[in-house]
Order: sequence, then structure tokens, then C-alpha cells
Amino acid sequence: MKLIRILFRNIRDSFKSIIRNFSLSLASISCITITLLVVAISMTLSVNVNSMTKKIEEDVTIVAFLDVDITEERIAEIEEEIRKLPNIQEGKEAVILDDKESIRQEMMDSSSTYEQIMQNWEDREDNPLKDAYHIKIVDITQMGKTSKQIAQIEGVAVVKDAQDMVDQLIGVFDVITKGTYAIVIALVLVTAFLIANTIKITIFSRKREIDIMRLVGASNTNIKIPFVFEGLLLGVLGSIIPIAILAYGYSTLYTKFDGRLFGKFVTLVKPEPFIYIVSGILILIGVVVGMFGSWRAVRKHLKI
Amino acid sequence: MELIRMRHVHKVYKNGVTAIHDLDLSIDKGEFVFIIGATGCGKSTLIKMLYREERPTSGQILVGGIDVAKIKNRKIYKIRRKLGVVFQDFKLLPKLTVYENVAFALEIFGLPKDEIYNKVVRVLELVGLKNKAKQYPTHLSGGEQQRVAIARAIVNGPKILICDEPTGNLDEKTSMEIMNVLEAINKLGTTIIMVTHDTEIVNKMKKRVIELDSGRILREYKEGEYVHEVD
Repeated sequence: MKLIRILFRNIRDSFKSIIRNFSLSLASISCITITLLVVAISMTLSVNVNSMTKKIEEDVTIVAFLDVDITEERIAEIEEEIRKLPNIQEGKEAVILDDKESIRQEMMDSSSTYEQIMQNWEDREDNPLKDAYHIKIVDITQMGKTSKQIAQIEGVAVVKDAQDMVDQLIGVFDVITKGTYAIVIALVLVTAFLIANTIKITIFSRKREIDIMRLVGASNTNIKIPFVFEGLLLGVLGSIIPIAILAYGYSTLYTKFDGRLFGKFVTLVKPEPFIYIVSGILILIGVVVGMFGSWRAVRKHLKI
Repeated sequence: MELIRMRHVHKVYKNGVTAIHDLDLSIDKGEFVFIIGATGCGKSTLIKMLYREERPTSGQILVGGIDVAKIKNRKIYKIRRKLGVVFQDFKLLPKLTVYENVAFALEIFGLPKDEIYNKVVRVLELVGLKNKAKQYPTHLSGGEQQRVAIARAIVNGPKILICDEPTGNLDEKTSMEIMNVLEAINKLGTTIIMVTHDTEIVNKMKKRVIELDSGRILREYKEGEYVHEVD
């Protein structure tokens, strides 16, 4: 009971103090708001970028075209040899044969010009196309090495992979993620500093009160806690707007574009539970930054 | 019963000034003691050391059995809870009402509201300000403000009340009113130590008097002994 009463008293005092130093509190709250907004945006970005990277990694395949005059026995042997290589995914779907007959059929279906040209290639020997294996790999960064190993298998004519494109894309993603981290860290530091400043001024404006508290026997904790609470409260207040924008903005974006951006290229992460997790993280950052800022100010300026 | 005991207490400030010089003093429970002396004789330093605003350079100061000189900074509050302190400038919070100013000392400890109410009303009654509970300090006279400060100092039921020139800002009549309040508190069992310049008051009260000079005890007078000779 006693603790609850002290807790309520502290919360009440923190609110009073925020109102008393309204302009300064507003500055701190705004700063937290901006920081958390950037955090929210960068988290949305990096989570989606990560999910895209994963998707790309899952989808990217190496295509190995086989020699034109290869025998069907050799085709089967090549599959075995590919599967024995490191970095090849397991499972039936990982190595799929696209034989030249089905390629021919597919191409004929797609246009009448192809149909005219290809209708005479019914026999396997007449068909100048190449059989191809579509191969899924485990680690996308090892793609070049795996491609080379596949190319060395006898009967493999050409190996195509999307190494350059994947490298570039992952490079860009990496820069985006690292850049946002840097901005977030810088903003968090600025915010902590601003909160420390707010609390510092609060401490000065309440010097008399603090002196009297000491005089009547308040312990250091009694004196410190209201200020730390104030920081905490500033953090919570500052996280309200970013959370609202994230929750409303992201779910609107998701429903409006049906979870996809730029055609079908980018698939967005589902809003739930994403929004809840990020909101939780935002409040946590707000609270921690607020408390840390005020704790620093209290330690430095209360001299207790 | 001995409540305060000072042994070989020295206090040298950082600037080299010796404020208290090898002082021995003992005060019993329930006593009313005046500390007098010229400006700069060490009166304020002496009582500041009692509530550990200042730490003695050497020596022992026992307050209710605790060595105040040795107590760690973060434990000072333990001593403060046993003492009440009243100053010349009242030290009230202008934005709080009389009631809130007194209750402030209890709220910190998380007492229940009704208990706070009972205690505050009782001390306001004792200092004669029950009907001014809702007023703000700025609307009160100096004497009334000092009575609020006294109420705040004793609301916790301290064993010792330390008064640093509590009548310094007040006229003669008001000063006597304050002294009457202090005497009433003393009769309830609280030990009172009061620093003052006002020899008139000391003459009238006829209590134990300790006269300091250059950080040493110049003379000590038992109850009723001290009579200031008017020049």
C-alpha cells in the first residue's frame, strides 16, 4: 500500500512538473516523437528489406544448361552430381529439370511465331534447345562459387546466375539498413541529451523544494524517483504520435496496395503482429531514453 | 537522559577558517537550550553539524546514539527524520497551501491520506493556524509563516527541534508568540535547541544558555541563571 501511494504521488508530481515546465517538456516530447518516428520508419524499412532479402534468397536459382547432344542417362547422373555439391538446398524442389521438350512446348504456347519455327522439332535430336536444371542454393553469398562448381560438371554447357543483380541489391539493402541504424543511434543520443537538459532545468526550478525535501528527511531515492518518473513520462508521451502514425499509416498502406509495392516486386510484411511489436519497441525506447536522460541529469546536478 | 553529546569537536572550513574549536557539549532529553554569541562565533556551524548540513573536521557528535560525524551522505535522511529544523527565512513552498506545506513532510514517506490529515490538523492546532490551512504562505504574516515552518518541522514527531534564529525577521511581539509556541512544544517533550541574537528573548525565557566565542564555549548558564546586562 505504502509503495503504491508513493508511486501515485510520484506520477502526480511528474505530471505537475511537466505542465509547470510546459514549453521545455514540449521540446523534449517533440524530440522523442521525431526520433521515434524515424525509428518506426527505419524499423518498417529494415524489416521489409530483410523479408525481401529472404524472399530473394529463397527464389534465386542457378540455371545450368546442358549440352545439346546429351543423353537422358547423363541428365540423371548430372542431377546426382549437382545434389552432392555443397550449398545446394535439400528436397525434391531444389533441383528441377526443365527438359528441352517442355521448354519447346512452353515457347510454342507463348507465341505463334515460335510455334511456326518449333513445330518441326518434335524429335529430341532435332530440338536445338538445351535441357536445363534450376538449382536452389542455401547461401546466396556463395552463389559464384557454386556456379563454378556446377559449370565444371561434365555435360553442363552454360551456367547462368543472377550474381551481379543479387550482389547489387543486397549491397543497397545493406546500405539502407546501416544508414538507418546510424541515424537512429544519433537521434537517440540527441534525445537523451535533450531530456537530460529538461530535467536539469526542472531540478534547478525545484531546488528549493529539493532542499526542503532533504531537510524533512527525504532519502536520495525519495528525491530522485520523481525526476526519473518525469523522464519516463516524457518518453511515453513522446511515443504516442509515432505509434499512432505507424499503426494507421502502415495498415492503410498495406490494405491500399494489397501488401505489394512497385507491381509485384516488393511484398510487404503483414501489419499484424508487426505493428504491435514495433509499437512495443517504440514505447520501450521512449521509456529507456527518457529514464536514462533524467537519471544522468539527476546524478550530475543533484549531487547526492 | 543524554540526547546530544559532542566530544572534542573541531570544524575547519576549506578556506582555513576555524569555526568550532575543541568543543564539548551535552544536552539532555526535554531540555530547552539557547545558543548565543556574536556573529561569526560558530553558533550556526554548531547546529548545522547536528543535522549534518556540515560535517565536523574531527570529534564525535552523538545524536540519539548515532554518530552524526560518521554517517554516510546517503544515510543523512535517517538523522533528519529524527530532527525538525526551523530557519529565519521559513523555507516554505509558495505554491503550496499551509496544509500542503506541512503535509509535504509526510507525503514523502507515503503515509495514508487520513493519517496525514490527522497529524497536520493536530500540529496546525498546536501552532494556532488551523483556520488558515487553506491559505498560501504569501498571504500570511511573518509570524504566521514561521508557525507554519514550525508545524512542518514537528509534524513527524521529532525528538529534537533545531531553530536557527527563528525570530530574526520578526518584531518583538510576534517573536514572543513564536517563543510561546516553542515552549508549548518543549513541554510536550521535544528537546529544543535555538540559536539567537535576541538577548531580550533569552532574558525572558530563563532557559539554559550556552554562549560561544570564536568557536569555543565562553560561558554556560543553567536555567534561570542568565541575565543580560543592558548597557
